[in-house]
Amino acid sequence: MSSRIYNCIAGISAKIEENKDFLTELDREIGDADHGVNMARGFHAVTEKLPQDSDDIGAALKKTGMTLLSKVGGASGPLYGTAYMEAAKIAAGKNEITAEEFGEMLAAAIAGIQKRGKAVRGEKTMLDALMPAYDAYMAAIGEGKDMAAGLDAAVEAAKEGIEFTKTIRATKGRASYLGDRSIGHQDPGATSATLTLETIRDFIRS
Amino acid sequence: MVGLVIVSHSPKIAEGIKELALEMAQGYTQLYTAGGLEDGTIGTDAVRIMEAIVSANAGDGVVILADLGSGIISAETAIDLLEEDIDVRIADAPVVEGAIVAAVEANIGNSIDQVIQAAEAMREFHKQ
Ligand SMILES: Nc1ncnc2c1ncn2[C@@H]1O[C@H](COP(=O)(O)OP(=O)(O)O)[C@@H](O)[C@H]1O
Ligand SMILES: [Mg+2]
Repeated sequence: MSSRIYNCIAGISAKIEENKDFLTELDREIGDADHGVNMARGFHAVTEKLPQDSDDIGAALKKTGMTLLSKVGGASGPLYGTAYMEAAKIAAGKNEITAEEFGEMLAAAIAGIQKRGKAVRGEKTMLDALMPAYDAYMAAIGEGKDMAAGLDAAVEAAKEGIEFTKTIRATKGRASYLGDRSIGHQDPGATSATLTLETIRDFIRS
Repeated sequence: MVGLVIVSHSPKIAEGIKELALEMAQGYTQLYTAGGLEDGTIGTDAVRIMEAIVSANAGDGVVILADLGSGIISAETAIDLLEEDIDVRIADAPVVEGAIVAAVEANIGNSIDQVIQAAEAMREFHKQ
């Protein structure tokens, strides 16, 4: 039987594959029409490389990150790749993750994306989904809620983040070349980040 | 001898720049490319860039020239992935012209500072 961490990452891969055309269409509006193709190629390679029977969450996330930064091809490759590799450091040697540790992993992932892409909130990137999601998650955990309930709050906030990206102009990444013409479109990376959180939430619930 | 790494989303562009630069820097052996992904698709791959840096390094440092988009982010990721201590710098320069002058400078044995300076000076090189 395959391990939980393998199933979770395989679930993210399946979700990305399902939404491949949608993500690519979003990137057609404000980029170069490859975000879905990029992410699906990356996660396909991840599922091929990841050992199915290992419970080591840190090792699995590290492998996922290394594979993404090599196989995705676009800016989202080193960004997501670094995010997974930074989260892996918190999960090193662990077979289980507490609600608090998941919060630390999310924080580390966001810090990794910021170190790499030098973006802040409000620049129309994946951070506009992930940063509000992190805040909502921490607030829920602070109120004593469990990981699944925390992730419910995170997913809601991430979805609001996607809506917010429609209202702003991109100042980082390829979409920034469009200037004001990027307004009115939702960010592909914010969308794939939200799909990722949703998959993790559904997985924790199952 | 300073090494050079050409990063482009397109394998053909990276190879073409190499060909062009070596016309001007005959016999230069430390120029490596990391164009596209392993299977030839358009994109950048931080692991391939990291391997190209290691190959290009002859002890005097390595200069990277990258095209726009994810080229710079992937190059910076590649530098973080290095296990050896190599002096690697990303030139803030146009990739074709920068590569040509960098190869010429590196080939005559100039230092990494001189190579970077020559490449970055191409930002001010007007064609008309
Ligand atoms: N500097 C950055 N910081 C954070 N996220 C970024 C940055 N640049 C781009 N992105 C994210 O990457 C997404 C685009 O990914 P993708 O299409 O795969 O790469 P590319 O733009 O190289 O084609 C954007 O929608 C955005 O969310
Ligand atoms: Mg794109």
